Amino acid sequence: MRAVGKTLMLLLILLPSLAFSAIDVYQFDSVEHEQRFRGLIEQLRCPKCQNQSISDSDADIAQDMRAQVATMIREGRSNDEIVGYFTERYGDFVNYKPPVNAQTMILWAGPVLVFVIGFVLVLVQIRRAKMLAESKGEDA
Amino acid sequence: MLPRKGVWVFLPLIGFIALAILLASGLGKNTEDLPTALAGKPLPQMQLPSLLRKGNVVDNRLFEGRWTLLNVWATWCPTCHIEHPYLLKLAQRGVAIVGLDYKDEDAAAKNYLANLGNPYVEVPVDASGAYGLNLGVYGAPETYLVSPQGDIVLRHVGEMNERVWQAKFLPLMKEPSDIKLQVEAQ
Repeated sequence: MRAVGKTLMLLLILLPSLAFSAIDVYQFDSVEHEQRFRGLIEQLRCPKCQNQSISDSDADIAQDMRAQVATMIREGRSNDEIVGYFTERYGDFVNYKPPVNAQTMILWAGPVLVFVIGFVLVLVQIRRAKMLAESKGEDA
Repeated sequence: MLPRKGVWVFLPLIGFIALAILLASGLGKNTEDLPTALAGKPLPQMQLPSLLRKGNVVDNRLFEGRWTLLNVWATWCPTCHIEHPYLLKLAQRGVAIVGLDYKDEDAAAKNYLANLGNPYVEVPVDASGAYGLNLGVYGAPETYLVSPQGDIVLRHVGEMNERVWQAKFLPLMKEPSDIKLQVEAQ
């Protein structure tokens, strides 16, 4: 009885993952294709449920996009060609790795800029503290 | 030393205000309103069966020579039901609307148009969604403005209504033959 209960429990726990993996299964000729597929569907953003990649999203359009990625990989297209296909139609928006251009400059340069500003501020602060300490030393 | 420090004290405040302005400018923006990357480019090659004229194939020639709306719709799409009466109104004004039946069932679509009225000059059927994907559609309804030369000019995501028509579509339709439309719409 106990064993049956345990087995049932295990099945229940595994059920969600089974259901998920059944949504769509893509067969590829090689491990390399499979890995490229995984990478691309992580990199492409779902235009419907924004802030999810097309691998996370269960939206209709995400399913279509995954199928398209799989088809293009089987056709032997390169990653750039596949990402290009989608950005041509959906804009840079669908690419989680946006290209460096005037519009996306703040994305790429922002963190560096903030770091530099912070670094300079810290330097100024240290120098000021030193000078303050020295001037106090002279006073004494 | 002290007067200089006085200025630096405000730095965090200035930084905070700058950040607040940057973030506030993003508030209230409709994030669903993505501009189409195909704007200014020709409508992708269409080769689809017609829903209502059996045996007919709908292709890009349908869009030549006049401003056309390409409305992406389906019977499963609630907002399409909402905008349907407005599309009928536009059609009455003489606007040519092509209705791309997107990932739908033919029988349901025929029923829908028979019961609610048909605002479309032609209904190409995209059952698999392949044409939609090629066009950059990510849901329904979406409405594209196609120029008399067959180029995509604008994509509107979501409900069509008088406000959207006046604000987004009319200003772009500047061909002489469309002056009549503008007058009628006012």
